[in-house]
Amino acid sequence: MASFLLRNILKFLLLLLATSVLVFVLVSISPLDPVQMNVDQAAYLTMSPEKKAQLAEYWGTNTPLWERYAHWFGDFLRGDLGTSLRFNAPVADVIALRFFNSLALMIVAWILSGVLGFALGIGAAVKRGGFVDRIIKGYCLILAATPAFWLGLVLLIIFSVTLGWFPVGFSVPIGVSSADLTPFDSLRHLILPAATLSVVGVANIALHTREKALDTRESEFFQFAEARGLSTWQAMRQHGLRNLLLPALTLQFAQVAELFGGSVLVEQVFSYPGLGSAAVTAGLGGDAALLAAIALISAALVFLGNLIANILYGVIDPRLRRGRHARAKKDRAGAEDAPS
Amino acid sequence: MDTRHNTAHAAAWREHEKRAHSSSGIHHHHSHAPASQHGEGHHLLQVENLSIGFNRYEPQAGLMARKSRVDVIHALNIAVHRGELLALVGASGAGKTLLANTLLGRFEPNACVEGCIWFDGQLQSQKTLAQLRGRCISLVPQSVLALDPLMKVGRQLAGGGRRAGVRGRDSRARTEKQCSLFEHYGLGEAVAGLYPFELSGGMARRVLLCTALMDDPELIIADEPTPGLDLELAVRATGDLRAFVDRGGSVLLITHDIELALRVADRVAVFQGGTVIEETAVENFASPATLRQPFTRALWHALPEHDFAVMPGEQGPALPDEAPEYRNARDRATHAEPAPVLPVDDEEG
Repeated sequence: MASFLLRNILKFLLLLLATSVLVFVLVSISPLDPVQMNVDQAAYLTMSPEKKAQLAEYWGTNTPLWERYAHWFGDFLRGDLGTSLRFNAPVADVIALRFFNSLALMIVAWILSGVLGFALGIGAAVKRGGFVDRIIKGYCLILAATPAFWLGLVLLIIFSVTLGWFPVGFSVPIGVSSADLTPFDSLRHLILPAATLSVVGVANIALHTREKALDTRESEFFQFAEARGLSTWQAMRQHGLRNLLLPALTLQFAQVAELFGGSVLVEQVFSYPGLGSAAVTAGLGGDAALLAAIALISAALVFLGNLIANILYGVIDPRLRRGRHARAKKDRAGAEDAPS
Repeated sequence: MDTRHNTAHAAAWREHEKRAHSSSGIHHHHSHAPASQHGEGHHLLQVENLSIGFNRYEPQAGLMARKSRVDVIHALNIAVHRGELLALVGASGAGKTLLANTLLGRFEPNACVEGCIWFDGQLQSQKTLAQLRGRCISLVPQSVLALDPLMKVGRQLAGGGRRAGVRGRDSRARTEKQCSLFEHYGLGEAVAGLYPFELSGGMARRVLLCTALMDDPELIIADEPTPGLDLELAVRATGDLRAFVDRGGSVLLITHDIELALRVADRVAVFQGGTVIEETAVENFASPATLRQPFTRALWHALPEHDFAVMPGEQGPALPDEAPEYRNARDRATHAEPAPVLPVDDEEG
């Protein structure tokens, strides 16, 4: 157990290190000039050379990469995430505000796409080749081929512009002070982006679950369950679901990374102030400190997701849980038997 | 299932039942063993003229491929009496498991099945066969892989089966039944709490038998229940099936091992070339004179305790599914070339 913890902590630290280095290298080799990107086009053209030099100094374009990284890393070790040059505020503050917006969006999408996708996938597999299967499969294939941002635009046109049911963008109504903000307002602003993210995620999960469930239907234990007189649904309920839980968990936690990618696009479309849109701004503006912090948070989330999946594997699968005990017992017995 | 002949068959059946069955002569393409009983005047299971074919495209025909039908099983007759153990002996890959699945009403989706299957005097269709499985006909599978790897075996036996989803008294009754079965077969209480991967080989076989006995079947179909065991161990492992037969049950034992079949069965059906060529009492294997088919006689001669040799004149048609076991035995004895095989489907050759 101790070695398991130690190994994972070490892996986690290495992952963070590699991610932060990569972000700084990418920002430094980006062809975009941060000075040009972060000021108005007209302002840039009329700007005096001294002013430009001053701004270049502010953005650190002349400081070597390793120096910038060392500076950031030193601060990071002291728990200081640095200052976002673009937002002119501490990175921690910028992120704290946006993290909860994104988190709400991603959790809703994660749960919805997971539950719906799993249910649809199982349903399609049980009704293999039938009408229901073809409908579900067709729906998923069309959605899987649909870019998230395009779907977001379509939903916006239908539900916000034409029908007017939902706001066109942002996470809060325009012109409302934060004191007057109700949870209902936040929810109304959340629904369309969350729906876009979920709908796209559903297709992926449903198609994968369907494949896995078809494999399970072919497996010997499933066939035998049917031979014992269970209907396909009964066999699926009794034996299929628990065996499908493991692949579904893996998929669900791997989906965290996908969701992060998807949320970047969706937040752009809906002007939703989450981490995703902040990442785009930071990336285009050469704001290395902010980008590094966002990358670290997403890497940590994905790592955590995979770790949880790994731990749950051991809880759910008796072959891992009991097998380990049995092996340990055998090893101990073997050690006692062995001549010292 | 072709039910159009229903009435014609019923008439033929009534006519047939008027005849005496005591003679050991051949009727329904088979002869009897002492244990064979016609309870209520009919066989427990009777298969008549069963053909199972698959439509497929000619493998080498390219784009102009036409569909053609390949019969895996054709014109097969087999009958299981009450209180007997009938061994169906045939080579691996000859379609024995296909037959077992068909008897359980589990037809392959693209298969055409023709012929008649009677159970306890009733003509069956795919639907009624499916209703019988887990009630009157139970399967004993080959290995522990047939059990859900993530469910404790006790719960799996008590919870599964035909009456799945039962609650309250029924569920308690099934749990009690599972406990008493485990006790009867020398499986300790702790075994119920084990997962399939934790069972030893012997335990697994008894647990698999218990899964079948949970549903009080009249007929058990055991599909290769002793894989990888040598003859003596296999004979001992089939002892529980024998005991079930001695209590009045019936067993269709599917195996590729003729020696095992001769040791444990009452009657043997020799499955070759997609059909049962001879179905006869084990006693008739005492001498080749009482065997009717050339192939069965060749089989007799190929047995280790007999000549262990090929009788060239009595080989019978060399068919693609001839078991390597038999062929090897003959090859070892005669150093002869393996028997020629037809080019169709020769997986072994």
